[in-house]
Amino acid sequence: MDKIKGKAWKFGDNVDTDVIIPARYLNTTDPEELAKHCMEDVDPEFSKKVNKGDIIVAGKNFGCGSSREHAPIAIKACGIACVIAESFARIFYRNAFNTGLLILECPEAAKEIDSGDELEIYPEEGKIINLTKNKTFFTKPLPPFMKKILDDGGLIPHIMKKFKIQ
Amino acid sequence: MKKRPLTLAEKILATKLKRAYVEPGELVEVPVDLTLANDITGPLAIKIFESTNIGKVFDPEKIVLVMDHFTPNKDIKSAEQVRICREFAKKYKILHYYEGGNCGIEHALLPELGLVGPGDIVIGADSHTCTYGALGAFATGVGSTDLAAAWITGKTWFKVPETIKFVYYGKPKPWITGKDLILYTIGDIGVDGALYKAMEFTGETIKRLSMAERFTMANMAIEAGGKVGLIEPDKITLAYIRNRFKREPIILKADKNAKYIEIREYDVSKIDLLVALPHLPSNVKPVKDLSDKIYIDQVVIGSCTNGRIEDLAIAAKILKNRKVNPNVRCIIIPATPNIYYEALKKGYIRVFIEAGAIVSSPTCGPCLGGHMGILAKGEKAVATTNRNFVGRMGHPESEVYLSGPAVAAVSAVLGYIGTPEELGLREED
Repeated sequence: MDKIKGKAWKFGDNVDTDVIIPARYLNTTDPEELAKHCMEDVDPEFSKKVNKGDIIVAGKNFGCGSSREHAPIAIKACGIACVIAESFARIFYRNAFNTGLLILECPEAAKEIDSGDELEIYPEEGKIINLTKNKTFFTKPLPPFMKKILDDGGLIPHIMKKFKIQ
Repeated sequence: MKKRPLTLAEKILATKLKRAYVEPGELVEVPVDLTLANDITGPLAIKIFESTNIGKVFDPEKIVLVMDHFTPNKDIKSAEQVRICREFAKKYKILHYYEGGNCGIEHALLPELGLVGPGDIVIGADSHTCTYGALGAFATGVGSTDLAAAWITGKTWFKVPETIKFVYYGKPKPWITGKDLILYTIGDIGVDGALYKAMEFTGETIKRLSMAERFTMANMAIEAGGKVGLIEPDKITLAYIRNRFKREPIILKADKNAKYIEIREYDVSKIDLLVALPHLPSNVKPVKDLSDKIYIDQVVIGSCTNGRIEDLAIAAKILKNRKVNPNVRCIIIPATPNIYYEALKKGYIRVFIEAGAIVSSPTCGPCLGGHMGILAKGEKAVATTNRNFVGRMGHPESEVYLSGPAVAAVSAVLGYIGTPEELGLREED
């Protein structure tokens, strides 16, 4: 996985999937269409302001609520390269993995990063560098099982590999 | 293998894996008894499934597709989404495809049709799939990719969760239902209080609770971040699944000395009628303690949380010979066609219409701000639904107050959030 470099967009605790992508836009599965409305109810201009490679930083329980996979799809499609949070809701956690959105659980980083900070992330090493504040954080390594899914390119390629062997 | 006492969640997983035990934190791959998708998550799962060119589902009898969210189709895009599901169901001979006159809100419909039962492992691309925990099924919400993967392999993976045990004792006050118990619980532990964990609801109060109230409680486990919300099957469970569930139920109980990460006890006799204020289900307050009158524009009685016949019975009792406040739109949504029909036979529908309420065909509609009752800027609603996040029922500056059916029906009459006492009502009346 390549290095990520971008600006932080900070949000609070319990950012729910209704805020990430409101249900009124769920009559499509088109990533580009979903991206236009990402985070719209807290910041109507969000998808326009974000640059490719930027990073969402949030508090506890990011992605709580619905099981809609449209949420990580919308985040990814609007250019966000990674979400750093204190913790993630469990369905969102799985969905992010399955759709190839990089997420990092790192309470210290989530607390200390401010909106607008320039960040550099080395996913393989779990290293987050806050260039603005000159501070480095490390995340916990992934469980080997989940690392394997990621290495295979996501859940579907992972099971297809197994399926073909059988 | 050495035996070790198991929580209900651990026992269901171990039994399915034909193992003596599983341990919290362990990753397990389990066969699924049923998989579910709706008109929002189904099309995405189908897109992912078809991209693999596998051309065969693991078992067409174990796939359920329920078109309940934006149906009857609210716009052209929604109609196209439903068509994708309909054509998929035809192509792969999916028996359990529901749309139109046989369609209800998924989590009320599946138990009613006997498609889920005790001991089952169920995954659904809908977060409220945890509802079936009320029957003693390990049931949880997943995304469309996890679902599509299970359509290929017939399996899914879980991290075995730690379990928090919730013990409820004491006699509930009048009008208190399972909704108040679960709101109280979420208020106590918070919206991430059970994150990644299994919730086990036990105690003498739970043993006396109707199936409808048990479904309401298990339904909202996800609102505390829970993976599953489980209740041990008992006489009430067995009476409910009789003549519905066709497979052999696997009746499992938690072991006596099972290891819980936490045990919380609640004296139910101290719980008052509750409302969750905007914008979190944990923002709970007794209705009688609201300092200002909160005037409302809309009431919604329905959803996978509280759209069952028992909920409508409470609403009918309150609305009988009363009128919905002229400033309020009161929308009542029976969760399934069977519930609708039963409400008709019992005279509830007549009561609702005479009171000036709106009765809708089964749909998730307003609960997720889809259709059938969207709020304008600044409007407030009391709803028997499950979430009150920003923008959940419409405009980002609208507000949703969550309650049980009694508070919702009373508020529809009063025009503000209130208790049955304010209408001079007693439960035994």
